[in-house]
Amino acid sequence: MYEQIFGKYTPEKENLIYILHEIQDSDPQHYISEETVHLVADYLNIQPAHIFGVLTFYTMFSTKPRGKNIIRLCESPPCFHRGSEKMLLKLAEMLKVKIGETTADGLFTLELCACLGVCGNAPVMMINDDVYGNLTEEKLESIINSYKGGK
Amino acid sequence: MKFYRSHILIGIDDTSLAAGVKEFEALLLSELEKNKLADEINILETGTLGLFGTGVSMTVFPDQVTYVNLKIEDIPEIVAEHFLKGRPVSRLALKAPLKKHYDFNYKNRIVLENSGKINPEDINDYLAAGGYEAWEKALLNMKPEQIVNEVKASGLRGRGGAGFPTGLKWSFTAPIQAPQKLFVINADEGEPGTFKDRLIMEGDPHKLLEGVMISSYAVGATKAYIYIRGEYKLCITRLEIAIKDAYEYGLLGKNIFESGFDLDIFIKIGAGAYVCGEETALIESMEGNRGNPRSKPPFPGVEGAWKLPTVVNNVETIANVPGIITKGAEWFTGYGPDGCSGTKVYTIMGDVNLPGLCEVDMGTSLRTIIDEFGGGIIEGHQFKAALVGGAAGVFLPLERLDVNMDYNSLREYAAVLGSGAVLVMDERTDIVEMLYSVIRFFRHESCGKCSPCANGNEMLYQLISKIRKGEGTQEDLDNMVVIADTMFHTSFCALGQSLVMPVKSALEHFRADFLKRLKIK
Amino acid sequence: MKTLDELRKIREKAQQDMKLRDGDNRFKIVVGMGTSGIAMGAREVMKAILDEIAQRGIKDVLVTQTGEKGLSSMEPVVDVIESGKPVITYGNMDIAKAKKVVAEHIVNGRVVNDYVVSTDK
Repeated sequence: MYEQIFGKYTPEKENLIYILHEIQDSDPQHYISEETVHLVADYLNIQPAHIFGVLTFYTMFSTKPRGKNIIRLCESPPCFHRGSEKMLLKLAEMLKVKIGETTADGLFTLELCACLGVCGNAPVMMINDDVYGNLTEEKLESIINSYKGGK
Repeated sequence: MKFYRSHILIGIDDTSLAAGVKEFEALLLSELEKNKLADEINILETGTLGLFGTGVSMTVFPDQVTYVNLKIEDIPEIVAEHFLKGRPVSRLALKAPLKKHYDFNYKNRIVLENSGKINPEDINDYLAAGGYEAWEKALLNMKPEQIVNEVKASGLRGRGGAGFPTGLKWSFTAPIQAPQKLFVINADEGEPGTFKDRLIMEGDPHKLLEGVMISSYAVGATKAYIYIRGEYKLCITRLEIAIKDAYEYGLLGKNIFESGFDLDIFIKIGAGAYVCGEETALIESMEGNRGNPRSKPPFPGVEGAWKLPTVVNNVETIANVPGIITKGAEWFTGYGPDGCSGTKVYTIMGDVNLPGLCEVDMGTSLRTIIDEFGGGIIEGHQFKAALVGGAAGVFLPLERLDVNMDYNSLREYAAVLGSGAVLVMDERTDIVEMLYSVIRFFRHESCGKCSPCANGNEMLYQLISKIRKGEGTQEDLDNMVVIADTMFHTSFCALGQSLVMPVKSALEHFRADFLKRLKIK
Repeated sequence: MKTLDELRKIREKAQQDMKLRDGDNRFKIVVGMGTSGIAMGAREVMKAILDEIAQRGIKDVLVTQTGEKGLSSMEPVVDVIESGKPVITYGNMDIAKAKKVVAEHIVNGRVVNDYVVSTDK
């Protein structure tokens, strides 16, 4: 498992974050399992505890299974000022989840994140690698619907 | 020919048509007729008034008053007040007239001169714009000391927030004899409201690379790293392409241009941690660790990543270097005031008409930045506060609107330039809410290494939450200042030391907002 | 890996190409493809422009991309560049507006004033 990813990086600790990103991105549930931690620890010859420490420090990593699409709504001051709280309520209502939870159909996980650097278009959110700006409640509906069609 | 004492120009464009301008115009005419003004006041249709996104808008001559976002209900008031009594309805009038055409200020740009013009994924576009001439000049015609001296003479200071003189920073590491020295770009742009580095990396990645090449050569580093936050996907992609092309063109690698100098540039990515913007935390993260800051000294310039001498500079800072090398230090000092030379990229957001960014001379006034480049406060509203410098910044009130936005001028008001972010808030804003958002941000981002920051943020969060709920007391306000002050004096790194600025400035300038929310008034 | 001489030649050629591009193509259309632009729909605008140009069989137009100019509130932003004339910058573009710009500006040579946000050179 993961030989292909490991093959791209020399077995040095400095490559840990790259490797974790790649494994998480390739995982259908976008997370790093305990089993994976041990495989990476063996490859890099470092303690699993070190990897758990890193995983739980950075907000982009998850140790719990997540949905197919990860929604990350910015909650930093510029977006907060332009109504991110309202967007959060709308998303929670549409998806019937709380922050950090995954929808029953496994399609979406709702998360909050810090400033995405697209503040001229606040409020903003990211779904997977794509950023959406100038969000409104109506816009949220059409964006979320576009992901339901198998995107 | 009839003589009219007044002309009304109504803008007809897609936006105003969608907003019902035709119906508005008919009703306005009938209201004028009703008041027997139709012979004195003439309505003319024109193309767009250039007031984008302002619905039905019109300009009245000779008064030159422009009304925007007009509703049919506004007609009687305008006719009665403005046309009968000669008193323009200021509630509906545009405060600072918008420029018909936005000025991107390209003629005065340095770091963003190519962003928005060239194809960032085509190295030939950068070459055609004079790219890599500075690298050629530096490597073949200049000694490293000459470059350090030129940058010193330019007065370039760090654009990441602290404003430390760049040439001086380099001069600590350049003379060190070590088998390996490193040059690191801090591209972990996480300060809320800041996106200047993103524009440089997305719009002109080769400019950053050229700066890295020259700077690495100047300090004697043969390995360079660009540490980019994981959220900046497009920056990562475009820099990867740019680095690959630079190798192919012989700009990187071994024995570049047969000079005997070798240089490799690598990308490192983060995974979501604001504290990694702190240079020693960034180094920890580069090594594959949690981003906990290190104790200084030793400073990274002496002992940094993998214990090697490491110079860490911000993206915007280094994007200035190619220009300084080609055009000279004197050219650079021609921009901005003494002691703060060069341009600065300011990001403008919040309650303004045209959020975005501008690159202008360092020291441009806050008022100019908001009015000219941000398009002014949203129509019908007044300026209340600007959070300047990011979340780790200061809430400035109306009286401070004419402050010059440079390191030295802002310091006079106990404020900081920080990353150059300007979050504008109008009178509808409750500063209690904004401070809550700022504290919540720091509470989330504290790395937990030292207790003043970890506990202090939690205590501040509990207090502001209490105040928000209407259960706060005067004592809670005083305690917030004490806690923030204690954090400033005792926290391990800049993250914990930062909150004192937003907390104190909010409570000093906007105390009324807090008093309103207290339990006992 | 290239030598310095080769690099200089490439630079000269790139500069020549820039001029030639203007000669070969009547217009250059540049879509702002930074994160702000993409967040506001620049990809769809780019596609609409390419589709419209292909559908109309227009051959002498070069479509390319660039980063952000900085006016986030006017994204997506599209430049239309015609040799010897000021650059026309259109803002707040969408699919319908993009098609209209191709039809009016590129085909008929009439600038669509309503969408213009800047005419910097």
